[in-house]
Amino acid sequence: MKRRDFFRQGLGATVAAGASLMLGNVKHAFSLNPAPPGPEFDMVAIKGDDPAAMFDEGIKAMGGISTYVSPGQTVVVKPNIGWDTSPERAANTNPQLIKRIVEHCFEAGAKQVYVFDNTCDEWTKCYDNSGIKKAASDAGAKIIPGNTESYYRSVRIPNGKKLKEAKVHEQILDSDVFINVPVLKNHGSAKLTIAMKNLMGIVWDRRYWHRNDLHQCIADFITYKKPLLNIVDAYRVMKRNGPRGVSVEDVVQLNTQLISSDIVAIDAAAAKVFGLDPMDVGHIRIAHEMGSGNIDLDELNIKRIKL
Amino acid sequence: MRGRILKTVRVVAALIFLILYFLIFLDITSSLQAAFIGYATYIQFIPSMFEFIESLALASAGFLFIILFTVLLGRLYCSFLCPLGIFQDVFLFLKRKFKKKTRYAYLKPYHAVRYGILFVTVLLWMAGSAFLIIILDPYSIFGRVNVMLFKPAVAFVNNLISRILVSFDNYTLIPVDIKISGMFPLLVTAAFLSLILWMSLRFGRMYCTHICPLGTFLGIFSRFSVFRIHINRQYCNSCGKCALECKAGCIDSRNRKVDLSRCIACYNCLDTCPENGITYGLKRPSQPLDTHRSRPDLNKRKFLAEAGLLIASALSLHHSAFSQYGQREQRRRGRRKEPIPVSRDHPVIPPGAESLDNYNSQCTACYLCVSACPTNVIQPALFAFGWKGVLQPHMDFNLSFCNFDCTRCGEICPTGAIKPLDVETKKRTQLGKAEFIKQNCIVYLDDTDCGACSEHCPTKAVDMEPFRGTLMIPYVRPEICIGCGACEYACPTDPKSIFVNGNPEHVPAEKPKAEQLDAGDTEDFPF
Repeated sequence: MKRRDFFRQGLGATVAAGASLMLGNVKHAFSLNPAPPGPEFDMVAIKGDDPAAMFDEGIKAMGGISTYVSPGQTVVVKPNIGWDTSPERAANTNPQLIKRIVEHCFEAGAKQVYVFDNTCDEWTKCYDNSGIKKAASDAGAKIIPGNTESYYRSVRIPNGKKLKEAKVHEQILDSDVFINVPVLKNHGSAKLTIAMKNLMGIVWDRRYWHRNDLHQCIADFITYKKPLLNIVDAYRVMKRNGPRGVSVEDVVQLNTQLISSDIVAIDAAAAKVFGLDPMDVGHIRIAHEMGSGNIDLDELNIKRIKL
Repeated sequence: MRGRILKTVRVVAALIFLILYFLIFLDITSSLQAAFIGYATYIQFIPSMFEFIESLALASAGFLFIILFTVLLGRLYCSFLCPLGIFQDVFLFLKRKFKKKTRYAYLKPYHAVRYGILFVTVLLWMAGSAFLIIILDPYSIFGRVNVMLFKPAVAFVNNLISRILVSFDNYTLIPVDIKISGMFPLLVTAAFLSLILWMSLRFGRMYCTHICPLGTFLGIFSRFSVFRIHINRQYCNSCGKCALECKAGCIDSRNRKVDLSRCIACYNCLDTCPENGITYGLKRPSQPLDTHRSRPDLNKRKFLAEAGLLIASALSLHHSAFSQYGQREQRRRGRRKEPIPVSRDHPVIPPGAESLDNYNSQCTACYLCVSACPTNVIQPALFAFGWKGVLQPHMDFNLSFCNFDCTRCGEICPTGAIKPLDVETKKRTQLGKAEFIKQNCIVYLDDTDCGACSEHCPTKAVDMEPFRGTLMIPYVRPEICIGCGACEYACPTDPKSIFVNGNPEHVPAEKPKAEQLDAGDTEDFPF
């Protein structure tokens, strides 16, 4: 190699690395410390009989989706699509809700909206039978795979106690806005699966979490990444045999939806909707103790809407 | 020219069929219709015959048509339908492109070897082992080669392109998992393919004319075929030009004879004769039967029969010696403190396989199910079932698990080894029962919650019960377990704390009970 070539290439590489670092930092700063321009309420809770209409009203009370999504931004919406079951079984997030969220994002001027999950059952079947693939793509979103490791990049979790590292889906890392849309369910291992637990679907190696104190790992992960907005689907709720469920008999109609940026608070509220004390759910309690959010709902300004 | 037309028809048809079989074995996204695959495999001799013997249904009588065609037109199957044969033809065609002077020569018939292999194959089969059929059936070899060697390559290229497209924010091409367990089946297949291709390079279609028991079997009929290749003794001057073109090495130009039992009906020899001495047409009764000299030697037959019997009995005695199953008692004793390794009494076989007996006797290890399984849980194995079921695939729950609502393998299996099940039956078919090894479990060892097994269980046969304080630990309700392996796959420990012990015979599982739940007061917010 000639000396000139060496310098030229070296310089190019340095510039590229520097640029990517800068860009990376900008994005990190943006998503790590979501500083929403201050909606009136800490949380909105909605009762109603149409998940899409409930979201319309709820997000209006939060100041509209444009509080969170600016024109030209890319958005990633993360539902729970973990299981190859139909919407009535409530193992996955309600497809109508996902559709409406995507529509709102585009109305706010989002450049692109991505929807994905790292599923438990075979992913194409989950995407199809949950109804989410159709609903999301009807609304114009890009429904993208999370089925191979190549989509995941390693990140460090400096504040994690047990979880120091995880491989996170690139679209979570690269998109401007991250909206988390879990479904409230009973869960065999974590007691409940709500917003925090839903983030296990953006990482690759979940087994590590199970091996190394599941509740602590769930709480550790949100020290690295908090969604800008969480929307909990508690319209149909799986009360037992979760997270997959065995039949529609496991499901009750609770007609509820929650919206908040505080992932601990929204999990606490959802736990109460389910009928459990949030302090009894390990990861919610630990996350509160680690200062990731507020489990004490009395301290929050909650808007309650009945449609 | 007539010969040219015949050859063109043959080449076009063969290419269409070859592409068809590439398609069904390399369908990386499992998107082909099961019925389409059914049509494609209907005309494959061994699978069709296996299924016919099992079901006696005309819907699987494709092999009878092949015999009929062979009686009429000779070993048409070998040049028109057999994917391994056509694959060799393509290989030989390419060889000629690079090395112009490729010439074939008459091969000695070695009838003792040919009929010997056929005889032992049939004998073993009658004795209850499809061993040699599995090893030698050309369709199954082609399947294995595709699934284990070509499919990973196709998937790799697919994933590479997909990756490039994704960097342009284009998600039209989706990546697929490349999961193949077990190096031995792969090595065996690669070695077998190399051997066949080496024979092709050296001698032409020698595998087909001298080893393939199906070819030899069809040869019995093609000797008497109505339409056939003739050497006209009036015109033939034994120049040998036709034999130079004969991939099957079955033209003995010196004696002006064609061994019709080995002729694979490729029609390459027609049009080579400057004297018009070799033609294709109706059987001429006036000619003496040109194969009579090569009748098998009865003494040799007897010897081979005895040898076959000996081998068969030896195999049946020792088939369990190579199996990884059925040795748990020895392993389990005296290791209470150590992690307890998983050991199964029986391997797990796909839903619809009914029983080990049925599966082992019907499966030819073509690996169509391995290729079609959307979750890649059906995996190649060498001796999961001992010698008797050599190369037959099993369900590998280390790599994946059986999707609850999926019935794909039964829909596409061409041999009747895996029978089609409707979804509701499949969801209640117990392939095996989960067994929990508490001493390996995270909850027991580390006092932390886990429950990954119960999480994935579609029937909640693996459920959680209270354990030390607020902890929950798995337990199994075997009566509703269907043995799908979701628990075993999800289990994060090594060795696994929960595994599926295969049922030698599949049985119906009980339906999980469900009471109606009361939603309670849903009017108000609880906060």
